[in-house]
Amino acid sequence: MDNAFQTALRLILEMDPELLGIVTLSLRVSLTAVVVASIIALPVGAAIALWQFPGRGVVVTILNALMGLPPVVAGLMVYMTLSRAGPLGELGLLFTPTAMVIAQVILILPIVAALSRQIVEELWGEYREQLQSLGVSRLRAIPTLLWDARFSLVTVVLAGFGRASAEVGAVLIVGGNIQGFTRVMTTAIALETNKGNLPLALGLGIILLLLVATVNGVAYVVGEAARRRLG
Amino acid sequence: MNRMETPDIDTTSLLPLELAGVSFRHRGQTLLERLDLRLERNGKTLLMGPNGAGKSLLMRICHGLLRPSTGTVRWTGKGASGDAIRRRQAMVFQRPVMLRRSALANVRYALAVQGVPRGERRSRADEAIERFGLESIAHRPARVLSGGEQQRLALARAWALRPEILFMDEPTSALDPAAMNAVEEAVQTFHAQGTRIVMSSHDLGQARRLADEVIFLVNGRLMERAPVTAFFEQPRSREAAAFIRGDLVW
Repeated sequence: MDNAFQTALRLILEMDPELLGIVTLSLRVSLTAVVVASIIALPVGAAIALWQFPGRGVVVTILNALMGLPPVVAGLMVYMTLSRAGPLGELGLLFTPTAMVIAQVILILPIVAALSRQIVEELWGEYREQLQSLGVSRLRAIPTLLWDARFSLVTVVLAGFGRASAEVGAVLIVGGNIQGFTRVMTTAIALETNKGNLPLALGLGIILLLLVATVNGVAYVVGEAARRRLG
Repeated sequence: MNRMETPDIDTTSLLPLELAGVSFRHRGQTLLERLDLRLERNGKTLLMGPNGAGKSLLMRICHGLLRPSTGTVRWTGKGASGDAIRRRQAMVFQRPVMLRRSALANVRYALAVQGVPRGERRSRADEAIERFGLESIAHRPARVLSGGEQQRLALARAWALRPEILFMDEPTSALDPAAMNAVEEAVQTFHAQGTRIVMSSHDLGQARRLADEVIFLVNGRLMERAPVTAFFEQPRSREAAAFIRGDLVW
């Protein structure tokens, strides 16, 4: 075990090309998924917070439930949609990084939408009368509220990123874990562990942990500083 | 100081405002009871009454933030079209809500919402900031300002909008005497520009200093409406007399 740990550190310090490729692809897929999901989910979450409509309670409940959507199920859904016989089979996206992004977007979207709905709704409670008094329409209030909730929403987006970069099931099913093409950190860890190649698995695990810790640490520090400064 | 627009009041005014048979019920409780009220174009009206009398509620109904359960609220002036009704009134709340941006940006935001062109937004915001002595804190984040500063900023924001009528819901109740003074001066500034003032307060001294007339509410009913001196010297209702003496009313 000691030996595996040492080898892992060496792989990291020497910037082993295979390891580097896997890390880069992981980041590319998860970051793209987070950006796409946030662009859709933040305004949608805010809209659900601001508008009363029939069935709103059901929508909110479904969103909350989908936060716990098992990655393998999301993967299966995307797999069936993108497979040769599926409705979008002609696009030939299965076992590509794009398919992995799609699967992760499906996983992250409910998280970002549900949590931002909650945050924006709270802020709307505080701002509502003032904004209505100024003549702000609900549509106009969406960007205003999202901007004013930005510190809390950063945490939400990070939660999405954490989920995306940590899951195995979805990317394994729709990506296929093809070496040099769709192999990401989590699928590589699973595979290398199975093969008994513990150093590489451990190396990847350390990087994954460090990455998530760093991103969250930076966001926390920046968020706290901004919160203190802007009130 | 002359304002950029000095429109022909008769054709652009929203006022008078007419409330007819306005009631407001919430969860089986009647909070306002068949209220008739007409607010003319000029003057400073103070809404007075004990807590829970319906002062804030009445003001929110006038301002259009709440709809009455029954009865009608009508702006009967010649200039009262849908868009103008929203744009030509402003409200200052007991606790102002500021956006997470600079003081100046808060004023500009309000102007942007009303569709004021960018260049004019800038000059009007600067003028309002200056008018209320906020230059030194114009670029500070609005939400870390003191309560008094935030309230002055709320007044500056309202000023920039050039409202014809300004509603103020107990604007000084959370402030220290100096800040309260600044708000009262601001009320006079608005008044001097011809802005119709409707304000609630339970500070008797403030009412004597500021008001032309008093509307006195108790338990959601309009008990009395009188010029300020008459109200304080010869209150017609038992409740008003008790309120002025400082007794509990109910």
